[in-house]
Amino acid sequence: MFKCKTSPEVGGMGHSVKRKEDARFLHGKGNYVDDVKLPGMLSMVMVRSPYAYAKIKNINKEKALKIDGVLAVITGNDLAQYNLHWMPTLLSDTQMVLPTDTVMHQSQEVCAVIATDRYTAVDGAEAVEIDYEPMQAVVDPFKALDEDAPLLRPDKEGQKDNQIYHWEQGDRDKTDQVISNADIVVKERIYLPRIHVASIETCGCVASYDKDTKKLTVYLTTQAPHAIRTVLALVAGHVGLSEEKIRVIAPDIGGGFGGKVPVHPSYVVAIAASFLIGKPVKWIEDRSENLVNGFARDYHMDCELAANKDGKIQAFKVKTLADHGYTDASANPSKYPTGMFSICTGSYDYEHAFAELDAVYTNKVPGGVAYRCSFRVTEAAHAIERMVDKLALKIGKDPAQLRMENFIKKDQFPYSSPLGWNYDSGDYHATLKKAMEMVGYDDYKLEQAKKRKEGKLMGIGICTFTEVVGAGPSKDFDILGIAMFDSADITVHPTGKAMARFGTKSQGQGHETTYAQILAEELGISYNDIEIEEGDTDTAPYGLGTYASRSTPTAGAAAAIAARKLRDKGKKIAAHLLEVSEEDIEWEVGKYFVKGAPEKSKTIQDVAFAAYTNIPPGMEPGFEATHYYDPPNLTFPNGAYICVVEVEEATGAIDVKRFVAIDDCGNIINPMIVEGQVHGGLTQGIAPAMYEGIEYDDEGNVLNGTLMDYLVPTSVESPHWETGHTITPSPHHPLGAKGVAESPTVGAPPAIANAIIDALSPLGIEHLDIPITPAKVWDAIQAHK
Amino acid sequence: MKHEITLKINGESITKEVDSRLLLVHFIRENLSLTGTHIGCDTSNCGACTILLDGKSIKACTYLAVRADGSEITTIEGIAEDGTNHPIQKAFHDQHALHCGFCTPGIIMRSIDFLEHNPNPTEEEIRWGISGNLCRCTGYNNIVKAIKQAANEMKNETV
Repeated sequence: MFKCKTSPEVGGMGHSVKRKEDARFLHGKGNYVDDVKLPGMLSMVMVRSPYAYAKIKNINKEKALKIDGVLAVITGNDLAQYNLHWMPTLLSDTQMVLPTDTVMHQSQEVCAVIATDRYTAVDGAEAVEIDYEPMQAVVDPFKALDEDAPLLRPDKEGQKDNQIYHWEQGDRDKTDQVISNADIVVKERIYLPRIHVASIETCGCVASYDKDTKKLTVYLTTQAPHAIRTVLALVAGHVGLSEEKIRVIAPDIGGGFGGKVPVHPSYVVAIAASFLIGKPVKWIEDRSENLVNGFARDYHMDCELAANKDGKIQAFKVKTLADHGYTDASANPSKYPTGMFSICTGSYDYEHAFAELDAVYTNKVPGGVAYRCSFRVTEAAHAIERMVDKLALKIGKDPAQLRMENFIKKDQFPYSSPLGWNYDSGDYHATLKKAMEMVGYDDYKLEQAKKRKEGKLMGIGICTFTEVVGAGPSKDFDILGIAMFDSADITVHPTGKAMARFGTKSQGQGHETTYAQILAEELGISYNDIEIEEGDTDTAPYGLGTYASRSTPTAGAAAAIAARKLRDKGKKIAAHLLEVSEEDIEWEVGKYFVKGAPEKSKTIQDVAFAAYTNIPPGMEPGFEATHYYDPPNLTFPNGAYICVVEVEEATGAIDVKRFVAIDDCGNIINPMIVEGQVHGGLTQGIAPAMYEGIEYDDEGNVLNGTLMDYLVPTSVESPHWETGHTITPSPHHPLGAKGVAESPTVGAPPAIANAIIDALSPLGIEHLDIPITPAKVWDAIQAHK
Repeated sequence: MKHEITLKINGESITKEVDSRLLLVHFIRENLSLTGTHIGCDTSNCGACTILLDGKSIKACTYLAVRADGSEITTIEGIAEDGTNHPIQKAFHDQHALHCGFCTPGIIMRSIDFLEHNPNPTEEEIRWGISGNLCRCTGYNNIVKAIKQAANEMKNETV
């Protein structure tokens, strides 16, 4: 286990210190985008399409412009004058800012109304008259590839059908051969439906262009302020908005989970409006706009898992159809259009795998961002973890036993996976063993056998996932060409207190506390004496932002290394102060001392003071360090989750009795915060497993676009979570940490699905797609009677 | 149409002219600049806008400002006394019951009302008691623990 090196007062790694950021939130003093109020600020409201696919015949602004207080109605044709009506997506596709002739999905932004306040803007939006000519929408992604399907993107040169791309990884022939010769092959089509992150704060911005300084300041709900600044400069550079004239400020963010990574068209319209009118313009998404725009998942996966008769896994194959909506706006590294989906071989040791994916256009909203998970890892984990359970059912082996027999062993790390990842570390047997002990696995198996005899439906579900996070090494990982490093910039002031700035952006993860703890660990300055700042591109070092559990693996590492640079400088200063040579100086947390004479010492505070007041000859004054960290590898957290459920046969009601989550995220910075992250991720795991899923009708209308019918779990639906850890440090991360916030969202859905399906298995039910609702269970029970 | 309304907010009496259609949540946030009350939906589902009106927790996103004429309102800004946290604020900090902080004011205001009516709740009762407030970050475990802690501390205070 991890042993703390610092005192609780210093509060380095391993201490559950209380969060530094809490006070302002507890007192109602958080500063979120909608709290920003600037003099003369205008309000923008979007007019959105009621149709999924339609020609725009005419937009009549007249009645809207007559309303007192309505200043402008901005259309695609208005933006086209400046060539601002299209923008690139993060995966180099193109997305409309505002349409000039065709709408491609329901709720697409058609035009914007700018008014003196939000009520008047809404009046204006209702007064805009738009003539549409509806067309037959392509809703089913399988039909999108039919020969007679309408070509949805004729604007794209060379686009002959609705396929966006084909991707594949692994050895198809060898995998097919192993599968065709295997004793046992289990197959399933698994669908992970569209879901939405639904952070409680929706998206929004305040764009403020100053005509005198020619500077644009944008307060933005963004997880990646610098990347957004660069994208804005690329989109609007030709009208004079160059990067040094753009300041993106991400103030407090009310939850992100991936939904605040993309550049939403409305941001660009608000910026254009401020640019044209010369006044600040605020746009805040309402809840339905939020739920209906953007999505995660939507993968249809045809899986095959092959094994010998004893259940030794031999090969895995998966063919996926991905519905991306009308443009590929997925937020993935550019060389990884399917994200890290090839982690789908899971935690098991076998040689052969093949994964392929076809992405298609449909008349649905684009998005394809994560939902609190690293790029497409949830889809991957769901596929393999469902299939392993199906294999266990097929050969009649205990799913825990089957996993234990197939796990990659502790001494096989670093492990090269069949689809090319280099897993850094793990002890999968220990993690699962701990989960089984904590839940009381053997007792539940006995109870289940007894209940089954009584005709009762009880299920035990396991998921033993491997995550891949911390993107990433610059040789492989970039967003629009920008390498996915991250940064830390530390200044220790003359009085020994410090300030550090980062290229990431917390959305609730607690960076102001955990980064201070990393610096406390490395420098011995109390975490209470260290201020952390993020989110302002005018002051923070360039970084790629916070998503995909990358902050600790990248910026956390940058903090450690920048602090070590400072320690090296401090050593020279200490030698100068103690009048010995540098080689004679040793470090222990918080102070330098003379080798063999520990009474001769200088604290880090003494050294910082000297860096400004008593500088060694020839040394650069000051006590500052910056580091841009380019990780050598990704990190591979893992976990073993066990869920126990009871299902009522008469109604299909599902009762989650227990849920135990053992995570291994390497060394832990703040156990309290890690546990909190796991709790939150688990609730966002049960959400898609049992409640959430965006539904469309045949015409492309969203059927559940409000919180009244898109069921975000409340405290009642969310079980009491039980958590624990094994610790296998990452061998390549400077702190041995791996990242954790998304593991539970990856691991919980298959554990819950496996538990419910296990409960129903005596009836002959072998698979159900999530969300597994009581209605779905009831239907399945009736069909198997 | 404009109306003059007079009410007490966090102990202070105010009189303002408001539009008939102005929602109470916008009145609080925009006219009074008390931005600790948040908006997460406009359908009374998320509870981020929860305040106390005459001691009862209500969702200010579906309540007209004119209807609040003559009432006494407490928002998150008004519950700490002389710089000392309300026991629920303290418990939320102690138990790590907030992450992004966006839902926090609403849940705290709801909890004040809830504990007023049920000073000694079970875990189950707490979960039902705050089921009108959504939190997307914490998974609720620690919110439940915090409310339990606050209940204990408030009980001890009154003994």
